[in-house]
Amino acid sequence: MTYSALAVLAVVAVVVVDLVVYRTRLVTRRVFWVAYVIVLFFQLLMNGVLTGLDVVTYDPSVIWGLRIAYAPVEDLLFGFAMVTLTLASWAAVNRRANTARRRGFDTRTRRSSTR
Amino acid sequence: MAHLTYLGLLVGCLVVTAPLEVLLGVRVYARWRRLLLAVLPEFMVFVAWVLYAIAAGHWDYSATRTLGVRLPGGMPPEELLFFLVVPVCAVLAFEAVRKVTGWEAGYPAPDDSPGTIAARNERGADRGAQSGQSGQSGQSEADR
Repeated sequence: MTYSALAVLAVVAVVVVDLVVYRTRLVTRRVFWVAYVIVLFFQLLMNGVLTGLDVVTYDPSVIWGLRIAYAPVEDLLFGFAMVTLTLASWAAVNRRANTARRRGFDTRTRRSSTR
Repeated sequence: MAHLTYLGLLVGCLVVTAPLEVLLGVRVYARWRRLLLAVLPEFMVFVAWVLYAIAAGHWDYSATRTLGVRLPGGMPPEELLFFLVVPVCAVLAFEAVRKVTGWEAGYPAPDDSPGTIAARNERGADRGAQSGQSGQSGQSEADR
């Protein structure tokens, strides 16, 4: 598979993980998108240096060819998948830990952690 | 110095985001066990992706702008660190946005550990008042 195909597949897969597997629903939340835009800004900086200085070089035959700040546009999909999988896992881990702990200690808490 | 380009960028990421933990108090590193658990799926999937990409020739790394060391599979150690450092920075950014805005993230904030909630319920305090809580029992429980 080309890098392009893998990158598109990864984005679809992490959205499914977020919505269906973890049910963390980060992609429906404002806090996620604002955080993502901040991360994206720094990704463009760092990736721009990595690709601009040829720290990483790409086979032209496996990418579309469109570049943003020196980096193939596929890198944005790669970055989105990476960040979203991490944050959804972080949300799932925290939801689980906090909910379990609260059950043991106190019943007068908010009903659900997934609103 | 050129050999330190990639490594330097990674250190830069950690330095730039460190104030979020130290000054803003997002308590991400403080919950390091959860952090490791949360990074694990990403790390496994993306390291596998990179190993495939190197094997398939999708991309390659400069010998002069990295340390020049290659792990089995052809990965520079910097690339391995990338898949730990960048996710940690993303979690720091996410928790910072959440802390500053108070927007719903789908799970309780770190200071909502039971001791803290119980203490607040007893006093009838609302969620917004959080200063002064952190030194009490809720603090250490959020780590476990």
